[in-house]
Amino acid sequence: MDKNMYAIEVERLTKIYGKGETAVTAIADATLQVKPGELVAILGPSGSGKTTLLTCIGLINEPTHGTVVIDGTTVADEGWKSGIDLKRMRREKLGFIFQAHNLIPFLTAQENVMIALEINNMTKNEAKSRATELLTSLNLGHRLGNYPSALSGGEAQRVAIARALANKPRVILADEPTAALDTENGKNVMALLKKLAVENHSAILVVTHDHRMVEGFDRIFQVSDGRIIDEKNSIDAG
Amino acid sequence: MNLAIRDIRYHRGRFILTSIGLGLLLGVVISMGGIYRGLIADALAILHANKADIWVVQQNTNGPFAESSRIPEDIKYRMRAVPGVAEASPLSFQTIQIERHGKPFRFFLIGYELSGFGGPPEIVAGRGIRQKHYEMVAARAMGMQIGEKIHLGLHDYTIVGLTGKIVSSSGDPVAYVSLADAQNIQFKKDNDAIRNDRERIGANLANIQTLSPVQGKYLQKNISAITESTHTVNTIVVRLAPGANLQEVQDRISRWNHFKPISDAEQTAILAKGMIEKARMQLGLFRVILLVISAVIISLIIYTSTLDKIKVIATLKLIGSQNRVIIGMILQQSLLMGFIAYFIGYGLILLTYEKFPRRIVLEPFDMQILFVIVMAICIISSFVGIRKALKVEPGEALGG
Repeated sequence: MDKNMYAIEVERLTKIYGKGETAVTAIADATLQVKPGELVAILGPSGSGKTTLLTCIGLINEPTHGTVVIDGTTVADEGWKSGIDLKRMRREKLGFIFQAHNLIPFLTAQENVMIALEINNMTKNEAKSRATELLTSLNLGHRLGNYPSALSGGEAQRVAIARALANKPRVILADEPTAALDTENGKNVMALLKKLAVENHSAILVVTHDHRMVEGFDRIFQVSDGRIIDEKNSIDAG
Repeated sequence: MNLAIRDIRYHRGRFILTSIGLGLLLGVVISMGGIYRGLIADALAILHANKADIWVVQQNTNGPFAESSRIPEDIKYRMRAVPGVAEASPLSFQTIQIERHGKPFRFFLIGYELSGFGGPPEIVAGRGIRQKHYEMVAARAMGMQIGEKIHLGLHDYTIVGLTGKIVSSSGDPVAYVSLADAQNIQFKKDNDAIRNDRERIGANLANIQTLSPVQGKYLQKNISAITESTHTVNTIVVRLAPGANLQEVQDRISRWNHFKPISDAEQTAILAKGMIEKARMQLGLFRVILLVISAVIISLIIYTSTLDKIKVIATLKLIGSQNRVIIGMILQQSLLMGFIAYFIGYGLILLTYEKFPRRIVLEPFDMQILFVIVMAICIISSFVGIRKALKVEPGEALGG
């Protein structure tokens, strides 16, 4: 398979916290690939290492061993690759969706999306136009000027998704995006992510422990005790 | 997008209240500076009003303000005869405290020769003193009305005019009377005291066996005339003729026994540095303490505000925000808070300084320096918040 066809490539990734006798292996020998347009889940119970895997792929946590390749760029190979601007990579290549939406409380819905664009050096007018377009496409056109405190949980999470999509990233990483939502809103968010993965041709990697939300994923990696123990197609998952 | 402004806009109630609190504190700092300048202005007010070149006082004293000084009034004639002297005028000073409308009423009384100088620098209402006796010009701050009478010593004095805001070095408002009246108020004894003194002198002379009764009576008359004389003043102020050499005139007066010529510059130094030095140091210390307190408060506000925004900062870092965006947000908020607080404090003092019991003088240079200090404090104080913010890991944005 052509290496560049993957948006995410992780090979034998290991993350060890601490040293010596107190060392804890959070993730060991994890290998996975995600293609653009794919919606992939990392499923596992609390403490299984799935968030550690996400933070290593999200360029937040430095892997102890193994390689991480994002959109054809090797960012980690036995530690961070020298010369890689991690912030820039996060800005340009990655989008993040959080469990508790993490919208900036003192910015309106529109400004929350605009900030991601302005950080990436887009002019204010362009950012405003793009944010309006994105939020409108997510049925939030009437909520542009609302602060997060005035939004429902589902609306806030859709604003967060719009922010993650703002810079048209190749990879979107979602950490328990449905955990704070009821089942119906959770399913709506998952459906939206599936649609966006296809439409934007982005690789979406979702960490979840919620078995109710596994429908619709193209592939599911089952994690337990820091290891990927299984890989299933969504059809097998249920 | 300016995150600092957005945050302030969202939390405007908290920001405004914090700025007002800080503004009140800075208002106290500003007023301390104003009181200090006011002390100097008050201390020098009489000096500036007189426009004298030399103050002739009792030898070995720093009178008439810093120390007691008593010299004979008739020295004025000798001073006028000194080459280079254009005018010489005797002045008498005394602080008076009486009861008025059931309350203590304190003022500083200056007696001046009506044909000389050293009288009221201006008349803002009524007229100046025209009669040699029983007329008074009062500073507006005394709150007296024209035509009102005040009893001092043995007589009543009528307010005939009001002068501007002139105070003594202690901050007491100044009133003016003729020199003769001032001397009477200060030295004239009442009739009982005079009779008592005469009896005492007579008894003492009677005990001297070598004096005949006629000699005794003659001596008693002369001694009483001396002890009852009121022709004493505290200083003689001298103005030089154009082109006269100050040092030469001072040297000439210094050669006489019993007198000390103090130049205007020396008198200014005695008043500004000597008399109010402790008050100045005390105020300076208070200002420093208050500025340190302000710095600690600003630091705490910025630090706690940063702690409130840990998740926001982590999220910004996670989405790839540059450090300058985060530093800018904290620094701008700190500077804006200091800026607003400074002007709240300044505005507050501008609106209230006339109601202060002592004079407040706001010098533009002092205000500019304070502004720079406040801004510097804000920058330094924001470092604690910035340090905390830079330590925040982007991973802290993850989780519930």
